Amino acid sequence: MLGDSSRRGVALSTTSTVVVIAVVLAIFLLAPGSAQVRHTFFNPTDMWRSFVGDPKAGYYSVGEALWLNIRMFVAAEILILILALAVAVIRQSTGPVLLPLRVAATVYVDVARGVPLILIIFAIGYGLPALGLTVISDQSAAVYGVAALVLSYSAYVAEVYRAGINSVHRSQVAAARSLGLTQSSSMRYVILPQAIRNIIPPLLNDFISLQKDTAQVGLLGAIEANKAAEIYSSTVFNYSSYVVAAILFLILTIPLARFTDHLIRRDQARRLAGAGQ
Amino acid sequence: MGSVTGPADAPRVADASEALRIEGLRKSFGPQEVLRGVDLAVAPHEVICLIGASGSGKSTLLRCVNLLERIDAGTIWLDGQELTRPGMDENAVRRHIGIVFQSFNLFPHMTVERNVTLAPMKVLGLSRAEAVSQAAELLDRFGLGEKRADYPDRLSGGQQQRVAIVRALAMRPRLMLLDEVTSALDPELVADVLDVIRELAEGGMTMLIATHEMGFARDIASRVCFLADGQIVEQGPPDRLFSEPTDERTRRFLRRIVDAGRL
Repeated sequence: MLGDSSRRGVALSTTSTVVVIAVVLAIFLLAPGSAQVRHTFFNPTDMWRSFVGDPKAGYYSVGEALWLNIRMFVAAEILILILALAVAVIRQSTGPVLLPLRVAATVYVDVARGVPLILIIFAIGYGLPALGLTVISDQSAAVYGVAALVLSYSAYVAEVYRAGINSVHRSQVAAARSLGLTQSSSMRYVILPQAIRNIIPPLLNDFISLQKDTAQVGLLGAIEANKAAEIYSSTVFNYSSYVVAAILFLILTIPLARFTDHLIRRDQARRLAGAGQ
Repeated sequence: MGSVTGPADAPRVADASEALRIEGLRKSFGPQEVLRGVDLAVAPHEVICLIGASGSGKSTLLRCVNLLERIDAGTIWLDGQELTRPGMDENAVRRHIGIVFQSFNLFPHMTVERNVTLAPMKVLGLSRAEAVSQAAELLDRFGLGEKRADYPDRLSGGQQQRVAIVRALAMRPRLMLLDEVTSALDPELVADVLDVIRELAEGGMTMLIATHEMGFARDIASRVCFLADGQIVEQGPPDRLFSEPTDERTRRFLRRIVDAGRL
């Protein structure tokens, strides 16, 4: 029977996992500065205090600040999906009339991908208010942060879309056009639905990255989770608040990964169930 | 401009008694000239089989008629209307010409029903109810009624190809182009697809069929055209062309086919 060898396989992998964890834990606990690090980074009291916050003591709740990250993430994600799609479709277009737009889209993608996010955040967060325009120069740090994230990430996501569009076989375009569908109808009903299915995993990857990068908006002074943790640590001189922020970001990103897996599985199940009877 | 039938589309050479007329059609891919002056006239309800070696230009000819390839020279008329005139709305042209490909090219993310109803709804402007009932009727007629809710990857190759034919028929075309539609099928699935085509021919559909199935061509064609070197070298009723070919190239081609046991 196969049972024996597979049972041995499970036993082996369990043992090796336990041994590795034990070794890493031992190194951590036996290190000369272990007690100090545990007190500075993993102090339960500090973790709790930074999580709930205490404005009178001069620091904000990291947990509450995370709400701003979530709002910035959701707003940026929606805008990125729209802007990136427009950029990708423009870059894929063929008409000679659209050449200037195509050039603009290409330049945008090259520049936005080439400049570090932090510089884009500074440029928008400090540049736009300095212009002294109405409305445009009167926004909060969070709004400028979202604008910077959208500008930076749309370039990446546009390329993901484009790869997805190119992954749909040319014969699908021929089939759609041969039925008399216009170029835009073919794109909308035939190409994009298939393209988007193909790009869900890389898209998710970019969005996990986006969730984390909302932390950089703290540089403009917005009180998001990372900024709140920084304020706590510089007030109390304990870094446990950063660990709290890290854990909170994990709680955000892991469900997103699971959700996407679920979407992919549901899609497969539905296509199989299509066989019906 | 949009409609092929509008009075504004008056043909330069009017001969509405012809379903399709091709004159001096040339098409190159880079340095390679695939079609070197093809002339062909097709009467309504005629079934033309194009035969010839792989690479002789059969598929390219069909794709040119459907304007899927931009032609280099020549003129194509459909029902007396010039399709190759500058400014012709290619979508309007394709509305009237159905094409079925060797590799089916069904939309994999749509059910069979949606595959068949998409273009009638988006292009012809049928309501969902109209498109669905038309699809049901066509699918039933070709023995695919039970597959309506299935996705293409659950169907056999023969079933997929029949759905592809139904999808083209749902646009109520005046002309059907079939591009080696059985070449990608397992031998036992070929007959079902050929039966569908035979039924279309009996129903009076005008068709241009590129095929390697010589027996089928002999059986169904009103006329067989032999393509070689980018031209129609010889054409005629199947009985004559298969039994007394006059051109040396046709003879050589048919001899190879007979030697391979395919006729």
